[in-house]
Amino acid sequence: MASPLQPIDDYARTLAPETRAAVIKSAAFTSGQRIEVLRRDYEDPDALRKLARKIKQHTIDRLDHYLEQAESRLKAAGAQVHFATDGPSACRQVLKILQEHGVTRLVKSKSMATEEIHLNPFLEKHGIESIETDLGEFIVQIDDDHPSHIVRPIIHKNRRQVAESLERHGLGAYDDDPKTITRRARVHLREKYMQSGAGITGGNFVSAESGRMVLVTNEGNARFSMAPNKVHIAVIGIEKLVPRDRDLAVFLSLLARSATAQQITVYTQFINGPRSANQPSGPEHMHVVFLDNGRSQVLGGECREILRCIRCGACQNVCPVYRQASGHAYRAVYGGPIGAVLSPLIGDSISFSNYGDLPRASSLCGACREVCPVDIPIPDLLLKLRHGAKKAKLPSPGSPPMGPFADLATSPKLWRTSMTASRAMNYLPLQFAPVKPLRDWLDQRTLPKWRGGEFRRWLKQRPSPVEDQKKHA
Amino acid sequence: MPDSDRDSIFGRIRESLATASQQAPYPEYEDEVATAKRRFRDGDTLWETFATNFSAVNGRPMTELAEVIDFLKSEGATVGYCDPTLEESIGRVCQENAFEIHCHFERERFDDYQFGITRASAAIAETGTLVLTDSDTSDRLGALTPWIHIAVLPESRLVSSVAQAIAGFGRESNIIWATGPSKTADVEGILIEGVHGPGEQICLKTAGLQ
Repeated sequence: MASPLQPIDDYARTLAPETRAAVIKSAAFTSGQRIEVLRRDYEDPDALRKLARKIKQHTIDRLDHYLEQAESRLKAAGAQVHFATDGPSACRQVLKILQEHGVTRLVKSKSMATEEIHLNPFLEKHGIESIETDLGEFIVQIDDDHPSHIVRPIIHKNRRQVAESLERHGLGAYDDDPKTITRRARVHLREKYMQSGAGITGGNFVSAESGRMVLVTNEGNARFSMAPNKVHIAVIGIEKLVPRDRDLAVFLSLLARSATAQQITVYTQFINGPRSANQPSGPEHMHVVFLDNGRSQVLGGECREILRCIRCGACQNVCPVYRQASGHAYRAVYGGPIGAVLSPLIGDSISFSNYGDLPRASSLCGACREVCPVDIPIPDLLLKLRHGAKKAKLPSPGSPPMGPFADLATSPKLWRTSMTASRAMNYLPLQFAPVKPLRDWLDQRTLPKWRGGEFRRWLKQRPSPVEDQKKHA
Repeated sequence: MPDSDRDSIFGRIRESLATASQQAPYPEYEDEVATAKRRFRDGDTLWETFATNFSAVNGRPMTELAEVIDFLKSEGATVGYCDPTLEESIGRVCQENAFEIHCHFERERFDDYQFGITRASAAIAETGTLVLTDSDTSDRLGALTPWIHIAVLPESRLVSSVAQAIAGFGRESNIIWATGPSKTADVEGILIEGVHGPGEQICLKTAGLQ
């Protein structure tokens, strides 16, 4: 039998208490720090995000222009530029580049775009070893797990679980000191960087003016994925553009503070070509793969504002549903409020039916919009997607049937009567009502005391505003 | 294949944009709008501001080579890489202090170098950030793989803000900003330094350098 709950509620109920505790602790801590840092550094942090919104909206409104400009600047600087309509095409093109350079082993720095297209399993299938180097992504990879947060891939694991993973993978006897964990990964991965043929990265921004792509990491793994290697491949969503280099000051300032409550991320790289002629280390070949994967369709839809997203994860940290359910509850690559909007929209044509329930996994409290550094009205977009799911007749477990309500609400006389009559509800044990959907619904909710009809009474007694205005005229 | 991908992406973008009711203009704004003015104290020089903000991210600002030598000794370092153009001025002093200095970075020995001395192209006071570029870095690996990195910064190259540093990009095609030692908080949000990059980041200020 189908569960009476939304899939996300089903998942949340089975979530291990220690996982929930880990997610809540880390998410809440980062949320608090974020506000502190923004208030410490700026008189009016809100003005800055409103500006970021305008710059980004302008960019996506002229995406064809800026994408073309970025392409030509990158080419002029010596990079090779590729375009991929979807995941399979991107994977094939990356594979082709690797094969042309004879690469059989590579290192990867954290990239949501490559997660989105499932690049690692694809490369593995074609005999190419791809090693994740971000500490969190590395743990996820050796565990055969998936990242559950945009910025903190292993937010769902505590140190004991991480220590066990390293032990299983042969990186020393169990030791859950985070410092030991980090050192062991450092030693293990240093060898891998030096023995690879290519480095694959994502990209946080691309300046159309110069073609400079920007990469930020705290660990230095993007630097290390590039410095010893001959080939650099960057897989970047087509919406990651900003018009000019100067705009990067705004976005880097907001990204670091929103994502990790830092003034600036430790390493920020600006790259628009292979290594310089005088430089002995670093890629001789730079390839940029611009990934569409549904973005160009989103651009024409009513949720286009989501393309402003800079993937900071602040909406995940602040979301009460994300905190309780964890990122994996969203089933897709992107979890939390951003995932609830993105997952049904990007990827292939079945994404909407696969993930159309996610927009309902929200109380619409609006916290995500408040923290968004590019001011995306996520709750509005969730409502639009809910409407879309309704129109597409997607199943909606967890919602009581609204038919009877609609009958009532469209007949004024019935409505008036039921308003007063329903006071009886205050005295009935509704959670035992013989209506199963109602029982399921009430299982997770407590109704306030019924005060039906009071609004109508108040409205009737209220002096007419028109009359009132005449009096004061 | 790739070309048809390109055409179809641009086709779809233009199709989608044709349905948009309006086009947001590029907003006018001042270059310094994102500068955290509160990170500057009245009366402080650029170096003092840089040193404060660099220290705040656990970087080590130093003004004397002797300080660097003392630190390297206290860390138990013995072998290091040095930019060949700094051999005369800095490498020799290290050698006089019994350090083994290599001015050519040998890949096979990458784990032997405990420290690396290279040049910084600039530094940003606002954030305590070192600017490393392909033009001024003798070997990317020399600045990256050793546990201790010493960036030699001519004081005249200090800029005040992130915005100014960006305005000064010029034609450089590979720029790295380093703001303190490499770090992670992936395990339970606990801050650990020295993940893949240097665990100690030093900035040595010099009056003027070539």
